[in-house]
Amino acid sequence: MAGTKVQESEQGGSRVILRHRLSTRLWHALNALTLLVLLMSGLMIFNAHPRLYWGEYGANYDASWLKVSSARIGAREFGFVQVANFRVETTGALGLWEDQDGRLQRRAFPYWMTLPSRYSLALARIWHLAFAWGLALGLLGYLLWSLLNGHLRRDIHIARKEWHPRAIWRDVTAHARLRFPRGEAARHYSVLQKLAYASVLFILLPGMIATGLAMSPGTDAWAPLLTQAVGGRQTARSLHFVFAFGLVLFFGVHMAMVVLAGPIKHLRAIVTGRMRIEKEPS
Amino acid sequence: MSRILRPRGGLAVSRRGLLRGGAVAVGGFALSGCDDLWRADAAKGVLTRAEGLHRWSQRALGGEALAREYTRADLSPRFRANGSRGVADAAYRRQLGEGFAGWTLRVEGLVARPLDLSLAALKDLPQRSQITRHDCVEGWSAIGQWRGPQLRGVLRLAGLSEQARYIVFHCADLYHGRPYYESIDLADAFHPQTILAWQMNGAPLEEAHGAPLRLRVERQLGYKHAKFVTRIVAVDSLQDVYGGKGGYWEDVGDYAWYAGI
Repeated sequence: MAGTKVQESEQGGSRVILRHRLSTRLWHALNALTLLVLLMSGLMIFNAHPRLYWGEYGANYDASWLKVSSARIGAREFGFVQVANFRVETTGALGLWEDQDGRLQRRAFPYWMTLPSRYSLALARIWHLAFAWGLALGLLGYLLWSLLNGHLRRDIHIARKEWHPRAIWRDVTAHARLRFPRGEAARHYSVLQKLAYASVLFILLPGMIATGLAMSPGTDAWAPLLTQAVGGRQTARSLHFVFAFGLVLFFGVHMAMVVLAGPIKHLRAIVTGRMRIEKEPS
Repeated sequence: MSRILRPRGGLAVSRRGLLRGGAVAVGGFALSGCDDLWRADAAKGVLTRAEGLHRWSQRALGGEALAREYTRADLSPRFRANGSRGVADAAYRRQLGEGFAGWTLRVEGLVARPLDLSLAALKDLPQRSQITRHDCVEGWSAIGQWRGPQLRGVLRLAGLSEQARYIVFHCADLYHGRPYYESIDLADAFHPQTILAWQMNGAPLEEAHGAPLRLRVERQLGYKHAKFVTRIVAVDSLQDVYGGKGGYWEDVGDYAWYAGI
């Protein structure tokens, strides 16, 4: 809802616009909490079997494409992340780390990243599967609502002229120079913003839900096409992990942009919905 | 920091400190907040109640749907054995040595005709063979071929009572000193793919995989597939069976009784 003119007020050289509708603000707040719980509990679930495979099956005897573990060479023990045959030492952060009591742990993700903080696959699953309902129903509700109120068409839809490589390049260079839209231009999302939000709305979040469901043996019985389309249960598990880190990447860029483009202004906008924009000099 | 964890350079320490500091700022709320919240019974109650929603939605959408079956070409080269890989019990060791010639499966509880079925009797019943994917709660999967009589055939033979609601599987093994057991409801007990497998990948079940008999309940996770099954009891409630939550992991570790997701 990049800037419809509901309840606009003018003050000197600037005016206040309604930047984010209530539906966007509510969903954003629900999602921030839900995704944090899902990520942290998900990392704990990963700790139960810190290897990823492609295809239908995959267990310890099968080749994994990603592995977080620890090993010992002589007296030296170290944690590592291994992608295919490429190994990076991660002692202290991943694979081998000290817990809150100063005890050495050989799990993949450390206690401060996981929910619960002490190893428990069962509790992590309870958190994860309960909050997954919040993610799925929240996304469904938000997409339907945004379709009906025109948010998707008006604010997210990328018009043909915006797809022009020169237009995209202009936006890339503007971002690289940290030149953020001001005045009237600030009322609308730029093409990179639209691409980022559309990827989250239509690829990453639905992808998380689809690959999550594809891992369920119950769902695989009544919706076998889902797992098959994904490429197998272990591929689904791998993609679930990849998409999750896609969302983490989005979160990092999202936060950086908010900080660079005016954290107070944007925090106010996502909480109250209102944002002050300067009037274009005529 | 222990000695082992101390990196060689000072830079790594500060980077790690930075990393941890940043993560504490982000995850601090969840880390302490959620651990504390979990200790509050109300939050625990709400979250665990979602299990009912998982079961209800899966049953509503799934009905009698069959788990996917594969071909021999899809078999895992090596099928990982999990949980108890052997049984210490002297009687079991003797039966294993004798090829389970004198072994019987007891079927009792809310049935009209309690049964003692020998392995030969189980093999004489109509058999079902299926190549399915075994999904462990930990995240790994393995594909194997299983063969044995359908559980529903055995239950019909015993004359299941109208009052029966659950089927409990008692196992010969102790896991960390406690008897392993599992249970399913009648929707799964009468599902065509729910079999008592005595054969795996064309050979009699190995000890590590639960010889002589293991449950296959294909639409649920691995810990429901009880191994070393010796006794099947039909009950109307799970309350009086061991910890009352319907299974070993359910009793000792907060694992969900319905393990379809």
